[in-house]
Order: sequence, then structure tokens, then C-alpha cells
Amino acid sequence: MSATHAAAFTPMTVDPHTERGMGVYNMKLGMWVFLLSEVMFFTSLIGSYIILRFAHPEHFAAPGQVLNVPLTALNTFFLICSSVTMVKAFAAIQNGDQAGLKKWLLATILIGALFVGIQAVEYTILAGERFVPVAESYATMGRHVEEGPVVGGPLYGATFYTMTGFHGAHVTIGVLCLIFVLFRAMRGAYTQGSHGGVEIIGLYWHFVDLVWIILFTIVYLI
Amino acid sequence: MSSATTGQLEPPVDQDAGPAHAHPPYMLIWGVLAVLTLAEVGYAFMDLPKVFLATGLIIMAVWKAVLVALYYMHLRFEPKRLWILATSPLPLILILLAAVLQEF
Repeated sequence: MSATHAAAFTPMTVDPHTERGMGVYNMKLGMWVFLLSEVMFFTSLIGSYIILRFAHPEHFAAPGQVLNVPLTALNTFFLICSSVTMVKAFAAIQNGDQAGLKKWLLATILIGALFVGIQAVEYTILAGERFVPVAESYATMGRHVEEGPVVGGPLYGATFYTMTGFHGAHVTIGVLCLIFVLFRAMRGAYTQGSHGGVEIIGLYWHFVDLVWIILFTIVYLI
Repeated sequence: MSSATTGQLEPPVDQDAGPAHAHPPYMLIWGVLAVLTLAEVGYAFMDLPKVFLATGLIIMAVWKAVLVALYYMHLRFEPKRLWILATSPLPLILILLAAVLQEF
């Protein structure tokens, strides 16, 4: 990143009229504090997964053995794309571009919904292969039953669906919030000088992307 | 009473605000994120010792996460005090990484 960009970027939060203390306006500070609590939440889930995985390796399968890595990698790419459309929406309203704001918000909503849709397809396929949370049917690692080979144990399904499910719920909530923000944008609620709502939902959306980057690596690749 | 003492939910309205800054190169960062994702998937299926695989994958994941936080969440351009707040959970993450590497 060039120094020019860093020097030229003057965020609206550095303003003598905003709340003192943290140096950002209250709504933004509130979102950051909320996101930090979310870091704790997801860290506890990932930590539990790691402990269980190494305590009971017989319950878990190698990357790609059960999970569809190429499909999820594509989904990861889509979520990254949604982050760039979100930041483009923010940049648009910073420049006073109302049409750009609506266009990029809509793109973010569509790509976010696509991510959730692909995750639903993935769950359906996995359930069809009897990879479901806490099911006895695949608790017999390595054995062959009537329907086919069985891989993994109950802990694999339980931890996988807990982590990816909670993340999917966050994405779904994000999409709903984005629809609300788009609705407000269509009513002209945001201007070049006042667009805190767009920045706040943007922070949440990028955080959801950031969490998925970590989850994808730990759950699907390692 | 000034806004500084009353507190504000949103930043002050400035109807005369023009483009206040040059934005970071969002598309370039998107490209780096996409390439890193592709590299991660390719690297994950290489025939390497697990410790190298895990280390490499975690480095790439953290790299991507840092890019998102710095440039998409604009943390790089925020006040230092927010930096301190935002990085406060890092010790927990370091413990997590240490646990991963030790188990391998």
C-alpha cells in the first residue's frame, strides 16, 4: 500500500466533533465492541474443534475426504467478492454516488445470498451422504454399512455443523441487515455527509468474511 | 452543550463534504485475496509434512484476514486507541495457534 493512500485517507471518524475517548462515533465504537465479543465467540468454537480433533482423531477425516473443498473454495471466493462490493458501496456514498451505493449494496446482498444458498446445497449433499450432526449412522469409523462406506465420527459432524452453521447464521443476518440498509438507501437516508449506517453494516460484513477466511482454512484445509 | 459531551450515535452531518480521501486500492486487495485463496487450496493438497502444511496455511489465512481488517474495515486509518481495542483478543488467537502447532 502506498504512503499516498495512507496519508490521503482521512476517515470521517477522526473528527473533533465526534465522541472523544476512543476517537470514533458511538455507533461505530459499539459495533467494534460487538465484533470483539464475536471474536471471543468464534475463537471458543475453533478452540473446541481443535481440542476435540486432536483428542479424538478417529472421529475426523482428512481434508477433501468428506467435505467438498473445491465447492467451498468457490464459495469463499464469492464471500471475498461480496466484501469488495460492500466496500465499493461505502466508497460510493462517501463520494455522494447514490446510484453506486444502491448498486453495490444490491450486489453484496445477492452474493451473500448466493453464499448461503451454496452452503445449503453443501449441507444437503453432506446429509445425503449421511454426514449429519450427532448421528449414530456414521459413528462407526471405517466400517461399511449397507448404504456405503462410513467416514468420521459424531464429533466431526457436530463440530463442523456448529462452526459453519453459526457462521452461516451470521451471513444470513448480515444479508437481512443489508436489505434493510438498501431499503433505507432507496429512501435517501444516506448522504455523502451522513452514512454511518453503511459503515456499520460494512464492518459487520467484513468481519463475517474475515471469520470465514479462518474457518475455511481450519475446517476444510488443515 | 457540544456533541463531544452529549455523545453521538452517528458522525456529524456535513452536507458540504466532498470526496475526503483517496480510497485504498480495493480491487488490488481483492485480487490478492483471490490469489491467496487459490494458493491455499493448491498448497493444502501438496505432499508436505503436516507441520509445514499447517504453518503455511495459517500464515496465508492470517495474511488474508489482516488485509480485510486493515483495508476493507479501514483499521489502518483508524485512531490508535481503536487499534488497541481491536487487537485486544490477539492473545487468545495466539494461544489457539500455539495449540495447533504443538499438536502437530
